[in-house]
Amino acid sequence: MTVADQYAGRRSWAWPLGRFLTALPFLLPSMALFGAFVFYPLGKSVYLGFFISNPFRTRQIYVGFDQYKDVLASSEFASSLLVTATFTLYTVAPAIVIGTALAVLANQKLPGIVIFRTIFSSTIAASVAISAVFWLVLLHPSIGVLNEAVEGVGFSRVNWLRDGGWAVGDRATVFDMVAAWFIDPNWALISVSLATVWMNIGLFTIIVLAGLQTIPEELYEAARVDGAGRWAQFWHVTLPMLSPTLFFASVVGMIFAFQSFGQIDILTQGGPVDASNVLLYSIYQTGFEQPFRVGAAAVQSLALFVIMLVLTLFQFRLLAGRVFYR
Amino acid sequence: MARVFFQDVTKRFGRVFAVRELTLEVHDQEFFVLLGPSGCGKTTALRIAAGLEEPTDGDIYIGDRLVNYVAAKDRDLAMVFQNYALYPHMSVHDNVAFGLRMRQYSRSEIDRLVREVAETLGIGDLLNRKPGQLSGGQRQRVALGRAMVRRPQAFLMDEPLSNLDAKMRVQMRTELVRLHRKLGATFIYVTHDQVEAMTMGQRIAVLNDGTLQQVGPPQEVYDRPANRFVAEFIGSPAMNFLEGGVVRENDRDGIRTPEGFLALPDAVSAEIRQQGVRSFVVGIRPEHLTPVAEQAAAAFEGTADLVESLGSEQHVTVALKETAIVVRLPSSPRIERGATLRLAVAPEHLHLFDAETQLRVGP
Repeated sequence: MTVADQYAGRRSWAWPLGRFLTALPFLLPSMALFGAFVFYPLGKSVYLGFFISNPFRTRQIYVGFDQYKDVLASSEFASSLLVTATFTLYTVAPAIVIGTALAVLANQKLPGIVIFRTIFSSTIAASVAISAVFWLVLLHPSIGVLNEAVEGVGFSRVNWLRDGGWAVGDRATVFDMVAAWFIDPNWALISVSLATVWMNIGLFTIIVLAGLQTIPEELYEAARVDGAGRWAQFWHVTLPMLSPTLFFASVVGMIFAFQSFGQIDILTQGGPVDASNVLLYSIYQTGFEQPFRVGAAAVQSLALFVIMLVLTLFQFRLLAGRVFYR
Repeated sequence: MARVFFQDVTKRFGRVFAVRELTLEVHDQEFFVLLGPSGCGKTTALRIAAGLEEPTDGDIYIGDRLVNYVAAKDRDLAMVFQNYALYPHMSVHDNVAFGLRMRQYSRSEIDRLVREVAETLGIGDLLNRKPGQLSGGQRQRVALGRAMVRRPQAFLMDEPLSNLDAKMRVQMRTELVRLHRKLGATFIYVTHDQVEAMTMGQRIAVLNDGTLQQVGPPQEVYDRPANRFVAEFIGSPAMNFLEGGVVRENDRDGIRTPEGFLALPDAVSAEIRQQGVRSFVVGIRPEHLTPVAEQAAAAFEGTADLVESLGSEQHVTVALKETAIVVRLPSSPRIERGATLRLAVAPEHLHLFDAETQLRVGP
């Protein structure tokens, strides 16, 4: 009988429990962290969604699924979804495209290129609050640089942070908003998006630059000998080899978009009239501003959670076949 | 197809000379090998020809066209890289087709050419696979296919076999030679492996420290190495070297080394005397040392210190008075460790180098 046989015999009755007990101390730290900061709040949110309460929850009434129905069917919720979707559209793709362009530039082997790499990625080091205040000045209707530029090229000044476009006015329903989407720009949301794109460029530049540096130099050399010019090299070598990085960036960018808060709070407070009120900001307003509807905020939070989960899974499904992993 | 001509080509990286005043003509349709130890500049020379590096000085001609200022993509050369550099996200078909696509061939033309090349190389059934799903030998073939399909002016190969296992390497060696014959194309082949150089090259150029040492057919380079470096670099086991001076002993001209006296024919010694060289390095290839019975006929006497049996032959390291020399002998009779060996060498098999300049002085 070999040693392995002895252990095989023991494993049959004693090991499942023994192994679990051995594994437990290793799992405990992360179980505790996830439990305290993820699973408990998640469970608590579900629970809170069943109640309406007074501001400090000294009294609460059980309403079952009624609150879920009310919140999810409300036009405010639909509007904030539309605003969030638009915000995601405005921020993710442009930031990735600009970040990629800057990364490709910064990846050239030129003297002093480190300086440009630093500049291009510097926005990652600016806090959201500082960046937002900075944009508040740029976007100021009378003293802001942006309006100077707009006027300079012959357009009329824009009230950047106070013009809600399609999201406000007589448009009572979400369908009216969608109808007006293309013709009446929501400058408030565009302004917030502009600031957000600027803030995210640094991160995406760094991510893409890291991705670029994993592409072996010989591939470019092979392409050059094969007759590829600069553009063909980018299209046929850089982009496909970068696809896992870009996929990662798109997932991260989307999560960022759904979690944006600071710039909205500082620039527009979700206004005018909810024109830039993304779902997360709406959760904050519902739960932490008068009249402190904690239960309703919990329902929205769960909705946000489910949406992000579904979108992430969808992204994996959609892109899995197209992304090339080595 | 075309000749490739390097004229006084120098490449400097900062203060380091990678290639120094290289002048070399690779003939049309020739299988030409650039041989040298790592860091000798052979790969740099190849990359200069490919247009991947710019020469610091000098001119490159392909055919009769000066290509110094022609971009790599317009030189109409093909290159096979050491680690193949296949595009990992493309299928084998697309890898081979890439150069044709860049040159705007029609879809049907591309398909026909790719299939033709794939048939030649025996990779027809792999066309839909990705490089990651191929073995080393298969990737090698795909890399060759990618080079062949365009029918370029010349093929540049940078140690293409070094990532293959020993057996595959030997097989690919003969295949490459056959391919060269079939394509009738100019091949420039870079390697540090002297066996590859000897077996494949019609002519070889030996480089060291960025400087050309010798150019010629393999056998000539082997038989008459131009200097001590070439003599030492080519041949395995390596040539034995002994220092000595020309003397006349017992009415015979010869070289006195610390280990023994090597007689020289009069013609050779006269010629050497004329050149006025004082001290020599004598080179003797291991296969040119033969065991003899009588002491009088022997140049060296020593004891077998290490015996490496290779099956078909044995390499015996013989400890002499001060140094050791390696002898290559048939596998039988087997030499036992500690046995006394008396060794002779025919004068025509001596290689004489000037100890100062390291250049060949005779015979």
